Amino acid sequence: MEKEIIQFTVSVYTENNIGLLNRISAIFQRRHINIESINSSASEIEGVTRWTILVNMTEEQMKKIIGQIEKQVEVIKAYYHTDEETIYQESCMFKIKSDLLFDERQIQNIIKESNARIVTVNKEFFVLEKSGRRNEIELLHRELSAFGIMQFVRSGRIAVTKDEMKITEMLAAFNN
Amino acid sequence: MIMETLTVKQKQYLKQPKERISGSEAIVRCLLAEGVDVLYGYPGGAIMPVYDELYKYQDKIHHVLTRHEQGATHSAQGYARISGKVGVAMATSGPGATNLITGIADAQIDSTPIVCITGQVPSHLLGSDAFQETDIVGISTPVTKWNHQITKASEIPEVMAKAFYIAKSGRPGPVLIDITKDAQFEEFDFQYKKCEGIRSYNPVPKVEDSKLEEAADLINNAKKPMIIWGQGVILGKAEEELKAVIEKAGIPSAWTIMGASAIPTSHPLNIGMVGMHGNYAPNVLTNECDVLIAIGMRFDDRVTGKLDDYATQAKVIHFEIDPAEIDKNVKTDVAVLGDSKESLAKLLPLLNANSHTEWLQKFKDLYAVEFEKVIKNDLHPIKEGLTMGEVLNEINTQSKGEAAIVSDVGQHQMIACRYAEFNVSRSNITSGGLGTMGFALPAAIGAKMAAPEREVVAVIGDGGYQMTIQELGTIFQTKVPVKIVVLNNDFLGMVRQWQQLFFDKRYASTEMTNPDFVAIAKGYYVNAKRVTKREELSSVVEEMMQSKDAYFLEVCVEKEDNVFPMVPSGASVSDIRLE
Repeated sequence: MEKEIIQFTVSVYTENNIGLLNRISAIFQRRHINIESINSSASEIEGVTRWTILVNMTEEQMKKIIGQIEKQVEVIKAYYHTDEETIYQESCMFKIKSDLLFDERQIQNIIKESNARIVTVNKEFFVLEKSGRRNEIELLHRELSAFGIMQFVRSGRIAVTKDEMKITEMLAAFNN
Repeated sequence: MIMETLTVKQKQYLKQPKERISGSEAIVRCLLAEGVDVLYGYPGGAIMPVYDELYKYQDKIHHVLTRHEQGATHSAQGYARISGKVGVAMATSGPGATNLITGIADAQIDSTPIVCITGQVPSHLLGSDAFQETDIVGISTPVTKWNHQITKASEIPEVMAKAFYIAKSGRPGPVLIDITKDAQFEEFDFQYKKCEGIRSYNPVPKVEDSKLEEAADLINNAKKPMIIWGQGVILGKAEEELKAVIEKAGIPSAWTIMGASAIPTSHPLNIGMVGMHGNYAPNVLTNECDVLIAIGMRFDDRVTGKLDDYATQAKVIHFEIDPAEIDKNVKTDVAVLGDSKESLAKLLPLLNANSHTEWLQKFKDLYAVEFEKVIKNDLHPIKEGLTMGEVLNEINTQSKGEAAIVSDVGQHQMIACRYAEFNVSRSNITSGGLGTMGFALPAAIGAKMAAPEREVVAVIGDGGYQMTIQELGTIFQTKVPVKIVVLNNDFLGMVRQWQQLFFDKRYASTEMTNPDFVAIAKGYYVNAKRVTKREELSSVVEEMMQSKDAYFLEVCVEKEDNVFPMVPSGASVSDIRLE
């Protein structure tokens, strides 16, 4: 089990400081591990940054890397989870020629069925936005590819965990 | 109660008068507040305002001008290693800063508390490829415990306080603070408060009683227990606690290179060094013990040899301050997190008094084998050429095991670690993890300055010596009375040994045509002698040890001697070779 390569979502709570991205990504780079996606955002706690990092590796390796991440002075806490232990999403955008919306009726069905949202439409192009799992986004991409995509972009994974991560308690403990 | 103290301290802090001073003066004032009496560095454009303040404060703080910034970091390391205090190095931006990197990386892997301060181009020029601009924060990130760039003078007190706190707390390490030149010039209201904690940083995990009980239970039931201690014992100032544990439980105890000297060499339960060139008995019996107790060590590959065959029969207990080290290389059965001093003190009463006489005898028997095959020939050779071992033996005799031995990297280092006699802790100063050739000469300078009452002997090979030989200039200028012994075999000896053993004697680029080292030392006005014959050795070593000034001794040793025992890389520790 420990030797099997699994997709992990790493959640890291940190201070909001310059250079931390470099410090955290260097931990993966040094071990020759590719980061599939990385997202930095605000967290539920004011002033605390939350990183969501998607990587593929064995659980044994994952545990060691979590140790190295937590060792960083400005890291408050790091966790790893499997897909089953998280609720996760990605978001993507498609820029497509507006003519196609009228010329290729099928596109309208694709939009409806995929639960994608039209963000803007003008004479030249329209923009579609879709949030969901990777396979839903990939399906939509495949379907739209047939008609031609002017631009495509997909965000990194963001995820919340089913279990609690007691960061607030940890920070409160420090203040006492 | 803690709240009350904090409140008092906060009150005191608030009462402190604020003074309007420049950023550069603030840096010097922060160093003074942290008890820094000496620092090592090299001036240059972007750090000049700080040097200007160091000039004004020279009666309070001694700046040592090394001859290369790498020397400054190694001196700071030597200072820290012998004293336990934070060493400080300073350099300018660009090449000055990049020259610090080797020493910083060395301090990182050997957990040495140093603070490096670098000047940086003015903040408005950051990222413009300005003269002598390098992204030193980016460059140093993977090799620092923490680093930070200051662009406003007002940040200086808090950042400097954090720098010292982080460098020395928990598992120590190097910190780099980069300060733009405009922040050095900027004036602000200075107030200093030492750092007492950082919310995202838990330097010393709490010792769990249940883990201690599990550990004690394993130890008490062990028939063949063995301890391997590392530098964590020295860093945690736990030498006495370790000795008490060893003696009460009667456990044969070995050490890693970084742990050397924590327990005197002559202690009956001290069974020597583990690892690639360690002693025969502890390496072989690592694969026979039933409980392996690792204390403040990290199972480096040079210690474990082939991991799959390392102590697989043993239950492993790991006392460790850094949670990331647990199960990193060797799977543990019981991990006791926490400070070594506290853990060992709490462990002691849980242990049963014991003496593993038969088990200890096994170590003695294997020592006898090693003595006959290796040690005898190293220390008391009958062949004509001088051995490195007999030089160490002579230094032991004359220093009565009281000297701090600062070694470089290579064959002489392994010989020094194997044969130096240590009666005092913090006496083996060497580049263990990084293996930095050129470490010893500048590290010896720092060590002697931090502990002027101690005899400091640098033992260096002819290769490593030439990597930082320019620090003879620092020795000459500061008159620091370090003793320098170069064991010259006209080879990069360790690489040559590997070439002999594993590359069919193809000595690619390992033979060195060396200069007249004695003449070079004399050129720096350092007393110097060369020994080529056995009969001269004792009297010249005596002359060196008696010297009140710095002294350089070159000993021309056998060119193609090898260091044994040896665990060939990739082999199991119990497949250690005696020849």
